[in-house]
Amino acid sequence: MYAFDFHRPATLRQANSLIGKVEDAKILAGGQTLLPTMKQRLASPAAVIDLSGVPELVGIEQKGRNLVIGAMTSHAEVASSALVRELLPGLAALAGGIGDPHVRHKGTIGGSIANNDPAADYPAGLLALGATIVTNRRKIPAGEFFTGMFSTALDEGEIITKVIVPTGGKFAYAKFRNPASRYAMVGVAVGKKGSSVVVAVTGAGSDGVFRWAEAEAALGKRFNAKSLEGVTNPPAKDLNSDIHASAEYRSHLIGVMARRAVTAATAK
Amino acid sequence: MPKVSMTVNGKRVSADVEGRTLLVQFLREHQRLTGTHVGCDTSQCGACVVHVDGRAIKACTTLALSCEGANVTTIEGLANGTELHPMQAAFRTHHGLQCGFCTPGMIMAAIDMVNRLGYDLSEETIRHELEGNICRCTGYHNIVKAIQAGAAAMGGMKVAAE
Ligand SMILES: Cc1cc2nc3c(=O)[nH]c(=O)nc-3n(C[C@H](O)[C@H](O)[C@H](O)COP(=O)(O)OP(=O)(O)OC[C@H]3O[C@@H](n4cnc5c(N)ncnc54)[C@H](O)[C@@H]3O)c2cc1C
Ligand code: FES
Ligand code: FES
Repeated sequence: MYAFDFHRPATLRQANSLIGKVEDAKILAGGQTLLPTMKQRLASPAAVIDLSGVPELVGIEQKGRNLVIGAMTSHAEVASSALVRELLPGLAALAGGIGDPHVRHKGTIGGSIANNDPAADYPAGLLALGATIVTNRRKIPAGEFFTGMFSTALDEGEIITKVIVPTGGKFAYAKFRNPASRYAMVGVAVGKKGSSVVVAVTGAGSDGVFRWAEAEAALGKRFNAKSLEGVTNPPAKDLNSDIHASAEYRSHLIGVMARRAVTAATAK
Repeated sequence: MPKVSMTVNGKRVSADVEGRTLLVQFLREHQRLTGTHVGCDTSQCGACVVHVDGRAIKACTTLALSCEGANVTTIEGLANGTELHPMQAAFRTHHGLQCGFCTPGMIMAAIDMVNRLGYDLSEETIRHELEGNICRCTGYHNIVKAIQAGAAAMGGMKVAAE
């Protein structure tokens, strides 16, 4: 790899001051995306600021009706947390389906959403759950946070500190994994809170995660997999085509994954 | 150059490294612990799996400096003198390797699996949990058998010790 400067703050305060001071620096979380991209020179920051030494960014707490998840909390911690499994089993399952065990030990929720890979799982999940992303500067609703493929509402020098996830609704995520990369070929997250339903699709859109309005309208009337029967899948012309799957196949998978997600969300 | 200190296989070690030095380079080139392999260098194959603070991670996708103060275990840290760790012994008994390149990562992943999921592992669980480890030789069949037997042997050892 090319040479770069390395900083490892011990507190969020130190991290904040470093990110404002060090030129051309990037945050390093679990490194599971950033380090491979730096090896390939797809990213080449002059310095990295490693958040792995900042304990205040790790952990899962229940605060009122919300779960508050620290940005540096690993996928494995979310998947195995007794609190998440009890209050949001669908989110624990989503985290447990990311990558492989070793990637889940390092990869973090903050890193995953800051990266906003068009095939990542958390962006769809957090959109459907109506989560709020908290940074060192402000709070951003998930609906405004994910702004397109690999792009987010984060400004220069902005650090995600935690994610606030409402509990008490219905939620599930169904993913058709790419058997080689384990990313989503298509993943659909379905969340219902009161009368509002969000259906978020990852892996398929040519501009990253998106909401499927027709399915939301149908499920808003009756939250049941049967309600999706008459709904036409998102048209292939708006979807990705690559060596793994054609846009037509992805369009078909969206319908299948949405039905599976609704079935899982309405089970028990 | 910044200095990094950590515990590797129970021994305190430190060295001057660069920001870009990967944990796997630190282990292989600075500590001469060449049991940890680099297969892909792109976080796909799992040949580089070691335990950091008790959890399996890919050492090719971790910076050495991020492991300041950490407790690292590599394949070299498993055997007790000349006596193999039960998981190593199971790989030998069940012919869980051919060329052996993937084996250190497989064994470290297998022990992590036992640490998280216990001694009684089903074939299905093992195959699923091995998603981060690639073997180009064996077809996995004997690796799965070895892990199942190794896990049971680790359980037996724990009972014997109590
Ligand atoms: C083999 C493999 C399989 C994978 N499979 C999946 C999968 O199935 N599904 C899936 O969703 N993902 C998958 N991933 C990606 C994985 O989830 C990554 O962990 C994740 O995308 C990035 O998280 P990280 O903590 O490693 O972040 P890093 O790689 O450290 O950082 C990623 C980006 O986010 C920025 N960043 C990190 N933290 C913050 C913060 N707190 N504030 C602001 N910016 C920040 C960094 O600057 C960088 O640009 C896989 C990765 C690998 C290697
Ligand atoms: S060398 Fe690390 S995963 Fe292949
Ligand atoms: S034994 Fe050769 S790669 Fe697994």
